[in-house]
Amino acid sequence: MIRIEDVSLRHGQTQILHDIWLTIPKGGITALVGPNGAGKSSLLSLIARLQPLQAGRISVDSFPVDTTPSRDLARILAILRQDSIVTSRLRVRELVGFGRFPHGRGRLTPDDYAIIDQSLQQFDLTDLSDRFIETLSGGQRQRALVAMAFAQGTDYLLLDEPLNNLDMFFARELMRSLRRIADENGKTIVIVLHDINQASAHADRIVAMKSGRIVADGTPSDLLTPKTLQAVFGFQMRVETFDDMPVVLHFR
Amino acid sequence: MPDRRLLCLAGAALLCIVAFMTIGLRGNIGFVLALRAIKLAALLQVSVSIAVSTVIFQTVTNNRILTPSIMGLDALYLFGQILLVFLLGGLGYAALDAQLKFGGEIIVLMALATGLLLPMLRRRTDMGLMLLAGIIFGILFRSLNSLLARLIDPNDFAVVQGASFANFNDVRTDLLAFAAILTIAGIVIAWRARHVLDVMALGADTATGLGISWSRNVTGLLLLVSALVAVSTALVGPVAFFGLLVVALAERLVDTRSHAALMPAAMLTAVIILVGGQTLFQHGLGSSSTLGVVIEFVGGFAFLVLLVFGSRK
Repeated sequence: MIRIEDVSLRHGQTQILHDIWLTIPKGGITALVGPNGAGKSSLLSLIARLQPLQAGRISVDSFPVDTTPSRDLARILAILRQDSIVTSRLRVRELVGFGRFPHGRGRLTPDDYAIIDQSLQQFDLTDLSDRFIETLSGGQRQRALVAMAFAQGTDYLLLDEPLNNLDMFFARELMRSLRRIADENGKTIVIVLHDINQASAHADRIVAMKSGRIVADGTPSDLLTPKTLQAVFGFQMRVETFDDMPVVLHFR
Repeated sequence: MPDRRLLCLAGAALLCIVAFMTIGLRGNIGFVLALRAIKLAALLQVSVSIAVSTVIFQTVTNNRILTPSIMGLDALYLFGQILLVFLLGGLGYAALDAQLKFGGEIIVLMALATGLLLPMLRRRTDMGLMLLAGIIFGILFRSLNSLLARLIDPNDFAVVQGASFANFNDVRTDLLAFAAILTIAGIVIAWRARHVLDVMALGADTATGLGISWSRNVTGLLLLVSALVAVSTALVGPVAFFGLLVVALAERLVDTRSHAALMPAAMLTAVIILVGGQTLFQHGLGSSSTLGVVIEFVGGFAFLVLLVFGSRK
């Protein structure tokens, strides 16, 4: 369980997050949605101790993220950031292999190799595994990074806009893979999404943020109503239901 | 096959060392050999400490262009020396116990370098800012050095001058044993940190996500880099572009940034260039004092090539 209590964050004069209270139970996919600058990525990086916690408390499985040793936390929580830079002359298999770093500090056992192969397979990278990262397209690189986070083998997976640069096919594939590992491996996935319909199709729960506050929280069918969406995104949009799945028509 | 390339490099380095020790042996062989062995030990230490410190520095700052000496770390070390001469006078400076002074200087350099660079590296700033700040730091320390050099007595200036120019012929053998301990400890620490360095090359956020405590590791590595820079500067004086040249060559030779291969490759390349070059200049060309100049010229050229054609990022 991820427990966020009374968390605030400011950069200079700007207040990024205001008194956030949120509990994310173990298991399932939680989608964070909201307009640009709502504080979704900041919240995610605070949970993953990438930024120091200024006010409030965050714990993952009752480990407080600000005092637990980074290495211990890396075995229960993995994060993928949207601007993950990658160094040169690195092959896909090596990159995914870094996911095993928290477990062996760089020494790979046969078990680790098996997990790396499985991650490559899971994200359809087996054919690309000997390619250098810089020769991949943006979408392929994105998949390699998700595969690395998966190879970390943690119970919690935080993903910041992993659908960036992915075409429809691979966006759907990635969301289905995430759904599968949430259902079969019991992973807890927190994912920042811009495509609200992906959230509707694959998430168990949607948390909507705006201007550093949580403004709505619920299942896709509870949350995706014209009224709530207008409160979050600031404009009117139609919502239709197909096969019990709400679809937001926000294009015109 | 990085392994085979490493073996080739090791062979070439060994060849250079043997050539350095044996070519042109004349007269009292035992005496000459002992003399050469001492000089060889110094050259090896300089090669290794410059190579390792540059690799680590480039990984921590995520660039292929900056090196500790371009950031002015060796100028900072010299600044300490000149300040001492300024405060104590040339005689007082010369009267100081060399090893004690060296130890003190290393500690001061480690503290200063970490204090100056850590705020910039705590969060990885962008490349342009790092490069600018680095060049300006370098200029600042070098200008401070020349300011102090103008303020001191001309006799004292001769003492300073001996320390301020790279000279591979006249190495400080009195510091050799002390420096050797530091260098070996530095290599051991760097080698043990090779996997951590691989992960740190992925960037601060990714490395933190993988369980590295970023600021603690950056601090430790910066301390290590400054100690190694102090070793090489104390032994032969400042060499600006040697580290850049060596690491750029080594990276192309082994074609990887994996530190388990890159660090040994850089060390061996440095040994080949320095020991091999010194042998060549001493026995082949006869004018042995120009190796420093040639290395700086080629290294500076490599710096420009990297700047213009971009490093593989």
